[in-house]
Amino acid sequence: MNIEYVFFLLIFPGLLFTGILGLTVGWVDRKVSARFQFRVGPPFLQNFNDFFKLLGKETIIVKEGVHSLFIAAPFIAFAVIVLISTMIGVALFFNKGFGGDLFVIMYLLMVYSVMIILGGSSTGNVYSSIGAAREMKLLLADELAFIFVCMVPVVKADYQLSLEQILNWQSIEGAFIGSVSGVIAFIVGILCIQAKMTLPPFHIPEAETELVEGPFMEYSGPPLAFWKLNHFMLYVVLPFLLVLLFLGGFNLHGLGILWAVLKYFLIVVVMIIIKNTNPRIRIDTALNFFWKYAALLGFIALILAVLGV
Amino acid sequence: MGWYNKRLAKSIWVFHLSASPCNNCDIEILDLLTPKYDLERFGIKLVGSVRHADVILLSGIINQKVAPKVTHLYSQAPKPVFVVGVGTCPAGGCCFNDSYNKVPCREDVIPIDMYIPGCPPKPEAMIEGVVKLVEVLNG
Repeated sequence: MNIEYVFFLLIFPGLLFTGILGLTVGWVDRKVSARFQFRVGPPFLQNFNDFFKLLGKETIIVKEGVHSLFIAAPFIAFAVIVLISTMIGVALFFNKGFGGDLFVIMYLLMVYSVMIILGGSSTGNVYSSIGAAREMKLLLADELAFIFVCMVPVVKADYQLSLEQILNWQSIEGAFIGSVSGVIAFIVGILCIQAKMTLPPFHIPEAETELVEGPFMEYSGPPLAFWKLNHFMLYVVLPFLLVLLFLGGFNLHGLGILWAVLKYFLIVVVMIIIKNTNPRIRIDTALNFFWKYAALLGFIALILAVLGV
Repeated sequence: MGWYNKRLAKSIWVFHLSASPCNNCDIEILDLLTPKYDLERFGIKLVGSVRHADVILLSGIINQKVAPKVTHLYSQAPKPVFVVGVGTCPAGGCCFNDSYNKVPCREDVIPIDMYIPGCPPKPEAMIEGVVKLVEVLNG
């Protein structure tokens, strides 16, 4: 076993880096949201404090329900997120493969949603079950559009599926955002990751006012801490995926670092603006929106990509 | 424990438990989250599930009908959890003290750690109460 891979997985693009950056970006999200509402917002280390506080709380296991699944779901989801972040990060920062291509990332992102569904429905709580059912419907809604979006760079990179080949193609031919199909797919992609992270307007599964926290309602202590950490790590993973697929990756030499930060924060700020300016929609509206409009746009982008536009 | 208590003091998640109040204190509690007072700058967040709570804000005299539910909710909260009685009702019963349906001893139903009297207490008074709790946690 190669010691380099352990470093990739545990320290740099993997667990430690993604976790710290995710919690920091989570603070940016909370702070900007607070400024949107003319509030002051939480202090800088707030998410770290929340995480460590939850690690020390009591873990309550519900009497009814499947205990093993209830405990395992957040940690499997955490492992999945660390794996995705390592695969994307190694391709972005070191320009080499980590034993997986775009299909593996799409599957693993789906596994994360499935873990939310399993964890939510394993408790036997009514609100958790409704939240899990809504998460399932939301997954069905956004997955089709997301697959179309992921296929556009594959088609444009001459039908190559590996992440580093897509990046190499973009460094030679220019980023895919520079074409018509790239622009359309990028916009649909931002909407899809909004739904994948269940941010407003798609926070239907964990609707605070009606389902309180949805699938996470019965969680307390360390499992809840890991659900929160997973959510914040997605703030790193999904924008990095879009940067990789459409914005040509990161060039970490000289001014390139500034561009890399700018690219990443462009996507994050767009997500926060969408989050703060839209109210929650119903699940049927979300399904309607994704299947009728977003998937159609994604399909058009795919056809345009095949035609070479 | 000192290090952990400091983390806890900086991220207090609040669950709002109304045990037969007149709703006056509840409205004032919601004021704390508005832009004018904004308790999120101290890391205080209102959560909907008692499983996530660090502090239970209790308002109202506890009458016979809700008393079992209040006890049940307290036992469902993950420890350490603190109970703060908001308003004069949990402290002294206020004008409902002679009601036929109030429980004889509120401390038997739920152990209350701190009282914030007032009918209703001003948001400033509630912030001061929270600051006192934070001071206790910081030692």
